[in-house]
Amino acid sequence: MSLNQNLGIGESHFRQEDEALLTGNARFLDDIQVPAPLQACFVRSPHAHARILGMNLDAARAMPGVVAVYAAADLFGELTYWRMPLGFPLAALPDNTTPFVLASDEVAFVGEAMAVVIAQTRSQAEDAAALVQIEYELLQVVSDCRKAVETASPTVRTELDSNVLQDYTLSYGDCDHAFRNAGHTFTESFWVHRGCAHPMEGRGVLAALDPSTEMLTLWSSTQMSHELHYAVALMLGQPEDKLRVITPDVGGGFGAKYMIYPEEVVIPAVARKLGRAVKWVEDRRENFLTSIQERDQYWTVSVAADREGRLLAIKGGFVHDHGAYTPQGTNVAYNAASSLTGPYIVPAFDLNVKVAYTNKVPVATIRGAGYPQATFVMERLLDRLAADLGVDAVECRMRNLIPPEKIPYTKPLKSRAGVPLTVDSADFPALLQTATRAIDYPGFAARREAAAKRHVLLGVAFANSVKPTGRGPFESARVRVQPSGRISIYTGATAMGQGIKTTLAQLCAVHFGLPPDAIDVIAGDTSFIGYGMGGFASRQSIMAGTAVSNAAIKVSRKAIAAAAVILKVDESILQLSHGEVHTAGYEHRISLARLAMLLKGVPGYALPLTTDPGLDETVHFHCDVQTFSGASHACEVEVDPQTGGIKIVRYVAVQDSGNIINPQLARGQVHGGVVHGIGNAVFEWMGYDENAQPLTTTFAEYLLPTATEVPEIEVIFAPSPTTLNPLGVKGIGEAATIPVAAAVIGAVENALTGCGVRICEFPLTPVKLLELIIAAGGDHSPLAASVPERTEDGIHQ
Amino acid sequence: MSISNPIPDLSAARPITLVVNGKTCNGHAEPRVNLVDFLRGELHLTGTHVGCEHGVCGACTVLVDGVSTRGCLMLAVQADGTNICTIEGLSDPDGAFHPLQKAFHELHALQCGFCTPGILMSAAELLASNNDPGEDAVREVLSGHLCRCTGYTNIVTAILRAAAIMRGE
Amino acid sequence: MKAPAFAYLAPTTVEQALGYLHEVEGARVLAGGQSLMSMLNMRYAFPDCLIDINRIPALSYIRESGNLVEFGSMTRQRDVEFSNIVATRLPLLREAILHVGHRQTRNRGTVGGSLCQLDPSAEIPTIATAMDAKVSVASVRGTRAIDMADFPAGYMNPAMEPDEMLVSIGIEPWPQGHGHAFLEFSRRHGDFAIVSTAVLLLFGEDGLLSRVSITLGGIAAAPVRVTLAENVLLQTRGTQRDVERAVAICLAVDSTSDTYIPAWYRQRLAGALTGRALNIALKRAGKQ
Repeated sequence: MSLNQNLGIGESHFRQEDEALLTGNARFLDDIQVPAPLQACFVRSPHAHARILGMNLDAARAMPGVVAVYAAADLFGELTYWRMPLGFPLAALPDNTTPFVLASDEVAFVGEAMAVVIAQTRSQAEDAAALVQIEYELLQVVSDCRKAVETASPTVRTELDSNVLQDYTLSYGDCDHAFRNAGHTFTESFWVHRGCAHPMEGRGVLAALDPSTEMLTLWSSTQMSHELHYAVALMLGQPEDKLRVITPDVGGGFGAKYMIYPEEVVIPAVARKLGRAVKWVEDRRENFLTSIQERDQYWTVSVAADREGRLLAIKGGFVHDHGAYTPQGTNVAYNAASSLTGPYIVPAFDLNVKVAYTNKVPVATIRGAGYPQATFVMERLLDRLAADLGVDAVECRMRNLIPPEKIPYTKPLKSRAGVPLTVDSADFPALLQTATRAIDYPGFAARREAAAKRHVLLGVAFANSVKPTGRGPFESARVRVQPSGRISIYTGATAMGQGIKTTLAQLCAVHFGLPPDAIDVIAGDTSFIGYGMGGFASRQSIMAGTAVSNAAIKVSRKAIAAAAVILKVDESILQLSHGEVHTAGYEHRISLARLAMLLKGVPGYALPLTTDPGLDETVHFHCDVQTFSGASHACEVEVDPQTGGIKIVRYVAVQDSGNIINPQLARGQVHGGVVHGIGNAVFEWMGYDENAQPLTTTFAEYLLPTATEVPEIEVIFAPSPTTLNPLGVKGIGEAATIPVAAAVIGAVENALTGCGVRICEFPLTPVKLLELIIAAGGDHSPLAASVPERTEDGIHQ
Repeated sequence: MSISNPIPDLSAARPITLVVNGKTCNGHAEPRVNLVDFLRGELHLTGTHVGCEHGVCGACTVLVDGVSTRGCLMLAVQADGTNICTIEGLSDPDGAFHPLQKAFHELHALQCGFCTPGILMSAAELLASNNDPGEDAVREVLSGHLCRCTGYTNIVTAILRAAAIMRGE
Repeated sequence: MKAPAFAYLAPTTVEQALGYLHEVEGARVLAGGQSLMSMLNMRYAFPDCLIDINRIPALSYIRESGNLVEFGSMTRQRDVEFSNIVATRLPLLREAILHVGHRQTRNRGTVGGSLCQLDPSAEIPTIATAMDAKVSVASVRGTRAIDMADFPAGYMNPAMEPDEMLVSIGIEPWPQGHGHAFLEFSRRHGDFAIVSTAVLLLFGEDGLLSRVSITLGGIAAAPVRVTLAENVLLQTRGTQRDVERAVAICLAVDSTSDTYIPAWYRQRLAGALTGRALNIALKRAGKQ
């Protein structure tokens, strides 16, 4: 048996999650049956910035079916704090950055909640919400983050002195020297826009107080159940052991549910106050308005290189739109800044970051967490460099990639916690090589010619990225053999569709010689395990996987040790298979169930081992060092120069995700990650006007890719295993999204070689593409028109 | 019948009888309640999901008199007297998977599963009328559904595999 | 997003429906629901009463009647898609109907509903304009016919009285041997077109084009018949040069500008799509 097989790695087990999901028996938040829940509807601000002068709830309270209507003051008695706690507390942030539980004096983005209506049905609650009368004094709105940072700009909230939340520079090396002595320099500006998460299931919260036990149970469609437990206990002054957070089936998260939201505090507060179960199910409009997004960054960057295309320095800066509040730190901006160099060696660096408040919904991490923005900028810079110097685009990258002989490579910039970032294992040139072979780069010229005969422009591009994965400090897992013989895993990890339960089950089952289906996994339930971090930053295979594996190994060893004592044989002749400890010939055998029963303790009798009772181990896998997951993507695109339409004809994703626990599940992560990136590249624009009014608030206006817009996604795993965890695995949840916009946009630009077009933004629409072609004088179409009218200023598209 | 003014009664809940997955079901709903909310709430069939309430995501797709229909764009009262199939009726009465469910399971065509019931109903409709669709036809049917998790690659493969199973291959 | 309360009536005859429409203030007709239901769910519409005409079987038919193909207003788009009559007599409509939304849309959506919604990007109004359809609207006062050219009173606003209801549409098929093509450009399959082109043409015995219809959808407040472009092709052989002249006219058609799409881009698409559609139609007409 290989090391991998011994650990349960490498087999594409089918998922235990599927049965319920395929038969309509899943329990998403809105499927949970509790007796007679009341339904909540939030009253939300229609203005991006206004003072609340007065609120009249009388008419709303009188509506049929309405049980209560609460504004901030009505909930004072239930809350210990009026502002949400800061996620990722950072000493450098002031204490007026987080959202309010319910806004009472001032609203700072369209959709901010000011009151909540509780009624028998959601329809009745919406009827009543429409009758809440609020008097506003409109205040000046800040919509564009570039204007927000100007000294004369009005502030996003009156409690602020400035919209500049952070202004810092990351630097190393001697940029000035590099630019003075460079063989080639250029400057480029970029707009990068990452839109929204849009899991198919929105957020939802259900709270119920059991009067007989005083237990307040909170279900939330969340990625961070233990953090939610902490926050709600804190905000409600609820004793920790009288609060239970249960994560139901979650219909996707993608970062938008990796957040503690005001609604998650209001609903349990109301449930406790009313002594009734209360449910809030976010509808899609609320999701558009109030679920966190990643949105905009505006970059201007200069590059210094030698005449062979080797980078000498990068300097510049960007402004980052952070939204109206900071619910969870400012890591999206930091990540984008610190990851700009990606898998490349950049000897000198100077990048200024301005994190700006705007009157829009707060920005926090979405799949990729700021890395896609950085990768896009870096890859576009490299394509520009290659084009300027007449160097092949792939060759230019090869000249700059961190070579294998330099691995482990400590990047000059540290993590936000001040920890060095060391690329522990990688072979970046090999990844890129694999990508060029897979897409048949040498054959591209001929394909381009053939396409030209069909009046279609063909382009190809490559993009490389690297992301640290396995964020610490720990993840928890408890493996317990029940006296019935069933084996349970309890973990602080959370499930949101990625198949984490099956993954953990297979890492556990192997140590008991059982199929993964024999393992029950309870994830994200605070009553089963006391500490947990949750699902984000591509960490759970590493962190929860290792915790489960280590716990299962401990339990299986203990089972053998206990069996040796009970059976009075030497441990060395015992093995564990099919849920039994036995000798090779089965002369001596004892089931796990019996062992568990014997180890639970009988009064007055010694336990077989002088250890703690039970076949039950809890492991918190600590790891403060992340392992780096690299990717090399290749994309081939057809462009119609008459319409600006594009069609992605091939997409190849080469991923280094270390050892792959379940290849089928891992491929699924890559498929989904790439298509999310395609959405970012050419479809997804969360638009706001100059009054910070959201423009795209339905799926008809905000476009997600469907099956007819994307090709089959081809996946190649090319692992550089890591030694930073015993499984040798790396995270995969985000790695496949990060290089996609760069690859797709690069391919479009490549298709237009000869038209003089440089594409420095995403999402790229057909309108924008044609504007760029025409402006560059590259429109050779018989339909060539005169210079078109510009799209309106302030509505950046 | 002629009426001078709309009587308030006409917006009140009324009885609705329909057949769902072969079983006659009775419920009450105001005219404004849409079909998917009625199935989920009144009839406790929570397998069909609500993703957008404006007819784009397809999560609420059920079969009404054999044809795929967005449950958020139909009133429950309009379903009175109809024959509805939902995800809860896709497997055999003895619990055996439909070939589509089997293929989705084996080819990992679902991740979070929220969009899946709607897609399965549309796929069932496709395979009932076309036992050998090509990839283009499958992708076209899928274009009426949004999935954020899978990137669609495995869903396409699974539907093609289910078709093959149903052809007896 | 739950719909506001409304009174609900479900007539079973046309007469009953017309009576309700006449009597009830603030009533709206509910046809396929593929547009109205979204608006209700999002609380963009607040009808006092919905008159559901889905239970009037007399409104759903496709039949040949004299020189026309007639559709009842409640004919499902799905039935148009699978109709032999449409496939053989109205191939342009058949081609266009496949672009209407998705399978679920066409299963419920109706011909009349789409016509009354009058979304300038919608395929059915565009084809009706291309083919000089005649619509029949009825009220308690009787029935009257309206030429499709006169049907749009403004942006998404049909020229009907508040108590009138569309009951049928008549389309006269083009003679055998005509060429047709429908093309549209949208961001994703099934989305509303940004711009669409519907082309019909017929050669006379002399080898010259005797009849041409060119319609642009999505370009303005309602579908536009580009008669100038049609005229430039009449009595020509339909050469590339002739096509280019027609395309040049389409490039200059008055176009809408909005948040997402400027007028020049619509014009650009109009030119590109019309050129391609003309070439396809000419091939299908047995020429070129």
